[in-house]
Amino acid sequence: MNLKSYKEVIIKPLVDENPITLQILGICSALAVTNNLSVTLVMCVAVISVISFSNLFISLIRNYIPSSIRIIVQMTIIASLVIVVDELLKAYDYETSKKLSVFVGLIITNCIVMGRAEAFAMKEKPLLSFLDGLGNGLGYSLILIGVATIRELFGAGTLFGYEILPLVSNGGWYMGNNLLLLPPSSFIIIGLFIWFIRSIRPNQIEVDDFKLSDHSTSPNLSKRELNV
Amino acid sequence: MNESIIKTISVAFAVCLICSLVVSTAAVSLRDQQKENKLNDRRIKILKVADIYNPNLSIAEQFGSLESKFVDFNTGIILDEYMNLDIEEYDQVLVTKNPTMATKVPTSEDIAIIKNRENIGKIYILRDELKNIDKVILPIRGYGLWGTLYGYISIEDDFNTVSGIEFYDHKETPGLGAEVDNPKWKSSWKGKKIYKNNEVALKVIKGKVETDDLQGSYKIDGLSGATITSRGVSNMVEYWFGSSGYSLLLKELNYES
Repeated sequence: MNLKSYKEVIIKPLVDENPITLQILGICSALAVTNNLSVTLVMCVAVISVISFSNLFISLIRNYIPSSIRIIVQMTIIASLVIVVDELLKAYDYETSKKLSVFVGLIITNCIVMGRAEAFAMKEKPLLSFLDGLGNGLGYSLILIGVATIRELFGAGTLFGYEILPLVSNGGWYMGNNLLLLPPSSFIIIGLFIWFIRSIRPNQIEVDDFKLSDHSTSPNLSKRELNV
Repeated sequence: MNESIIKTISVAFAVCLICSLVVSTAAVSLRDQQKENKLNDRRIKILKVADIYNPNLSIAEQFGSLESKFVDFNTGIILDEYMNLDIEEYDQVLVTKNPTMATKVPTSEDIAIIKNRENIGKIYILRDELKNIDKVILPIRGYGLWGTLYGYISIEDDFNTVSGIEFYDHKETPGLGAEVDNPKWKSSWKGKKIYKNNEVALKVIKGKVETDDLQGSYKIDGLSGATITSRGVSNMVEYWFGSSGYSLLLKELNYES
């Protein structure tokens, strides 16, 4: 493996193969933890470390994992890493860990982590796998931070809890958009991101699985022909 | 030979062993720190409900200005000590699991759905410079929508006016029931009265309290979209300030002062 491919596995998942906008994975946590930028950042760090290290460890033992139990081995490693991250958060950033509540634990079920383990780490060398995890974690973080910035700024008028747009309820001029504070708004924002990325990178647009045929009955056809 | 049964079992065993070692090491080595965080978090809530919290000062020092006391629910009398228990270590929620320390609440009276009530409660007292009681801080709990809400409510020295409310643990829906943590809603409790003619009158109502409502001081705005949580908080207040809760204590304190 040369230097170029190391760079590639980190850069590619940022936009070209972004796990959220291209593969549409890891959406549930993207909806749940993005109403506040500082909470989102902690979540991103947690996800990045879990993906990178799960990829590293799985890649290290990839030649010893019997294929019949490979999924369960991957899950065990991922789950252990998530528990360690959760314990660390509870010990060193209690406030944020309270806000993230179950969503740290739910990293276990984040499809990106499992997807990278199965699709990449089971085949590639440890260092490359680690970097691939890092890249995918960063790609995930990029979208999450984008969503959180929009939601916090226009929903609550703050960034990192600091007031940017003074809210009417606090005597300012900005009327907060409450929809942005609710999880469904992330769907809309992620949808807009996907639209934007696919219009500058048209090769990401998926080919239709099948094409709808034109309506075959034309008014010229006689009734008899139609019955055949 | 990766697929043989022996190999499969030994790989599974090795992975489980290593992972469990890592997880248990992390859990054990970080436990003290986590315990301290939890304690500090609880203390911050108590300081906040007493309205004396200053984030720049040490929590332990500020907490020292509060007196912790036992209270006997059956008599309403404050006890300085009880059965040689260390008051700092005493956990009134934990002891409800011990049948000798708690009493089963009859289903008909159990409006807050707490099942068992401790015989001895633990309260905090804030005194002013003249050593008179300024506020009492009382733990409350009750069932909301998804689980039990645990919190504190502080009462002014007339033993009828609410000074503040804080919840330190709950499982309500973020954005709806979890709005019990909304600072604006919490501040609406300040100045509300609990008792009217010796009956608990304070209620969380449905919708907003009208500004011209003569009974407005007995009503709290409901949380929109969280009817069941609001009702839970209302029931909690009714239970804990009722005859099996703190009403005897508050009468006793009122009589003393």
